[in-house]
Amino acid sequence: MADLIKLTAAQTAERIASGETTAVEVAEAHLARIDAVDEKVHAFLHLDREGALAKAREVDAKRERGERLGPLAGVPLALKDIFTTEGVPTTVGSKILEGWIPPYDATVTRKLKEADVVILGKTNMDEFAMGSSTENSAYGPTGNPWDLTRIPGGSGGGSSAALASYQAPLAIGTDTGGSIRQPAAVTGTVGVKPTYGGVSRYGMVAFSSSLDQGGPCARTVLDAALLHSVMAGHDELDSTSIDQPVPDVVAAARQGDVRGLRVGVVREFAGEGYQAGVMQRVDEGVELLRELGAEIVEVSCPSFTKALAAYYLIAPSECSSNLARFDAMRYGLRVGDDGSHSAEEVTSLTREAGFGDEVKRRVMLGTYALSSGYYDAYYGSAQKVRTLITRDFERAFGQVDVLVSPTTPTTAFPIGERADDPMAMYLADLCTIPSNLAGNAAMSVPCGLAPEDGLPVGLQIVAPAMADDRLYRVGTAVEAAYQARWGHPLLEEAPSL
Amino acid sequence: MPGISREEVAHLARLARLELSGEELDHFAGQLGDIIGAVAEVSDVAAEDVPPTSHPLPLTNVMRPDLVRPGLTAQQALSGAPAEEQQRFKVPQILGEE
Repeated sequence: MADLIKLTAAQTAERIASGETTAVEVAEAHLARIDAVDEKVHAFLHLDREGALAKAREVDAKRERGERLGPLAGVPLALKDIFTTEGVPTTVGSKILEGWIPPYDATVTRKLKEADVVILGKTNMDEFAMGSSTENSAYGPTGNPWDLTRIPGGSGGGSSAALASYQAPLAIGTDTGGSIRQPAAVTGTVGVKPTYGGVSRYGMVAFSSSLDQGGPCARTVLDAALLHSVMAGHDELDSTSIDQPVPDVVAAARQGDVRGLRVGVVREFAGEGYQAGVMQRVDEGVELLRELGAEIVEVSCPSFTKALAAYYLIAPSECSSNLARFDAMRYGLRVGDDGSHSAEEVTSLTREAGFGDEVKRRVMLGTYALSSGYYDAYYGSAQKVRTLITRDFERAFGQVDVLVSPTTPTTAFPIGERADDPMAMYLADLCTIPSNLAGNAAMSVPCGLAPEDGLPVGLQIVAPAMADDRLYRVGTAVEAAYQARWGHPLLEEAPSL
Repeated sequence: MPGISREEVAHLARLARLELSGEELDHFAGQLGDIIGAVAEVSDVAAEDVPPTSHPLPLTNVMRPDLVRPGLTAQQALSGAPAEEQQRFKVPQILGEE
């Protein structure tokens, strides 16, 4: 059993397809692992044992009938609680949706089911995906498996923690400002934000619609690629979905050759606020790419220094509008409906009771930035900065094929350290935000442990829009070279739970 | 640095339909002031001749075929309703107020 939970998704699917093990055995091993460790980690908000085992039995029956199985058939997955799941609770980490059972599946959920992936349950997250630590969940924080007193990143901390504690070999996250990549970085796992529009947002609860993007999380680059190819693709239910073929990320992940590739190092992602051990490991990663045959070029993206400010105007503005749908009328919590309050009062009482502090802060910040008299100075200026950042990327990608940088400026910080200092928390997304604003593709891949605290560091790789395959090509090369150097995957060094 | 007063927070909370407590008004006034002070730097680089970007994809009027297809049943659509009556969402009083 212990063996089954340590397999990669690719290995698991192979063993199930060959009959060496069954999907039911695999699902049971993971459910047993969850029972053993999740009380400590708190990665899951809801487990769907029956649904998982029913799906596993279906996969085993298909195999017995001699039907061809998909590349991830029977592989367990932890789904971020932001995707709707028919008949299974979806809370988005918020009290306002406590107990809500969606009547429909998100497109991502549907695609996973069609690919015979076994969905174990729904993972913890910062409320409405607003946060970098998962401390903003209304259902309590998640621990980082490397050190349970530290944050597992956010907003997708439940997904990253589930992977790092072997509760699932695959997970799904959403990345609005770094919510897939930063959790991956601080837990020693792999996370990918696909090109904006690459993965359908239908049924993914909206935070900031021009930035939100679902993507794969895994322990290896190949596993992320397999999941990417299953979840991505055009969807006519999402009008911002790109109607083009998905880049061949699986082939790129199997190739992993960077000879002749031009790699840009972003000069602005260094300096004050960056932990020395993080920079050391990232510099070593750059040196490794040079040894592997890549050409290293320093590039400058001066507008990136304003990305954080632009993001914290654009994302709150869009969220203040998106979250207006939580009006206590059609679904979710309703407070104060006792005959003495009007509908509008009930809406205000419900939102006060159902939203946490960070959601309230951002809704008010967005309301402020969009209000007459302030619109041009705040939201309007932020949109101009967005143009400048996109231009910086275009200039850089004229010189190089991919960009690399730290994923996040520091390793995992202690739970509680930044909880009441919003600006300090926002700094965790310094390096990830530009890609959301420009809509291009980015990955975080482990590049070692910081010498001063022994905690994982992530190397961020950024590629132009619809060149997601380049991420996997570089990611696999880096991953293979590190494993050859270390003699084992980085997660082997995590303390056992 | 542009500060933000307790009264301004109360106004924002009303616009955002949040029934904040007095304690929250004080708490958020300080924090929102800090955040707004920090993000105001966007105006430093936003020159007149830079066009705004609202979205990463240059899409307008995305169409799909107008086909009849299955949707949610009334029962499914009402399944999460806080209150319902005669296959409709039942809401608190919305008319006849000041």
